[in-house]
Amino acid sequence: MGWAGGMNMETIYQLTVSPDFTPEHISGWYIYNTWLQRNLGLHFHLEMYDSFDAQREAIRQDKVDLIYANPYDASMLVREKGFRAVVRPIGVADECVIVVPADSPVQKVEDLQPNARVASTDDPDIHLVGMIMLEPADLNADNVQSITVDGYVLVAKALLKGSADVGFFLKDAWDGLSNTVRKQLRPLVTSQISDIQHVLLVGPRLMDSVEDIQGLMLRMPQIEKGAGVLEALGFEGWAEVDHEDTEFMIDLMDTLKAR
Amino acid sequence: MLRDMQSTAVVGDFREYHINLYGFGARKVLVTDEEVPYPDGKLIVSRTDTRGIITHCNQSFVEMSGHTREALIGTEHSILRHPDMPGVAFKSLWDDVEAGKIWHGYVKNLRGDGKFYWVYATVIPNVRDGKVVGYTSVRRKPSRTKIRESIALYKQLKAQEGSQWDGPEV
Repeated sequence: MGWAGGMNMETIYQLTVSPDFTPEHISGWYIYNTWLQRNLGLHFHLEMYDSFDAQREAIRQDKVDLIYANPYDASMLVREKGFRAVVRPIGVADECVIVVPADSPVQKVEDLQPNARVASTDDPDIHLVGMIMLEPADLNADNVQSITVDGYVLVAKALLKGSADVGFFLKDAWDGLSNTVRKQLRPLVTSQISDIQHVLLVGPRLMDSVEDIQGLMLRMPQIEKGAGVLEALGFEGWAEVDHEDTEFMIDLMDTLKAR
Repeated sequence: MLRDMQSTAVVGDFREYHINLYGFGARKVLVTDEEVPYPDGKLIVSRTDTRGIITHCNQSFVEMSGHTREALIGTEHSILRHPDMPGVAFKSLWDDVEAGKIWHGYVKNLRGDGKFYWVYATVIPNVRDGKVVGYTSVRRKPSRTKIRESIALYKQLKAQEGSQWDGPEV
């Protein structure tokens, strides 16, 4: 047992976070990494990828062991890479807000016309849900001009500059914009899909620690400094996710991805 | 268990139809001409077992169906079947999902109060350990263009079917 423990301390596992993390929570993930290592007795390296493509490539190369993942990637992680979802955050939602400039003649989604210029980030679930919410206007990937930018502030900027007609925001990011910016913009519709959420998934190399990790996350608010770490992440806590919950979310995402 | 609709549940003038439901038989339904708009930003989600019995549904499903959750769970999914829908649409759905494929389609659904609502539905088989254990159906808001096209198409398909069961009770 001592030998195995020694091995674990020497193995460095990779922790990574969906690149759609909000800037104010970056330091929270570093604090989480330190807290996790102390309480789990395992050695983690936190790798923050700056794009979904770079993160997916790392997953394909089996570099990732623990991931706070976007629901869009859960299917690949679970069904192709053998990851297991253990918990989801409480107090955050993956909802999408469709926004136009305040002075736009567009009053409802159905007023948008083909060739509309759509600004969004590379956040895959928000882009997917945003495009679904444009379907009532007969808009799809083939008849809109997609403008991908590096963050939600730049989505707002594209709308304010007049270089985009409509933009997709993660609801938290929309709520986080300054009043001055929000006054110059107007939300048309906000998604209300509570079934789609980020999840924390454990990779094959850490499968022996699945129960320890899940238990630790669920007890986090009660463990020393755990509440402060959660606050730094912007979460109220973690809720248990079982195998069937994950499979259900993957099925749901698959129905949305299918064209 | 699916039951015939009762006039006390229906608001306003209605027409009575008997529709033939696959694997169930005839069901009396009462329909009105009132459309309930699809709720913006929401997905309507339900799951059934392999026989089409509802096992789960989200709150949007309950609200749009006009039934209580208790009345829905354990009941045939065809509780939503509107007499304006041609049988061939559901045959293609079952053929596809039983073959492990995803099905898409525009569907006019019947509510418990006789009103209707249009959806764009995607149905996917739920595969667990290599076996199909049920189906998930996710509906989203369709465009009016697609609804108009579907109305015309389904009218034509209904006329071709000439079902002895569907149609107003004379």
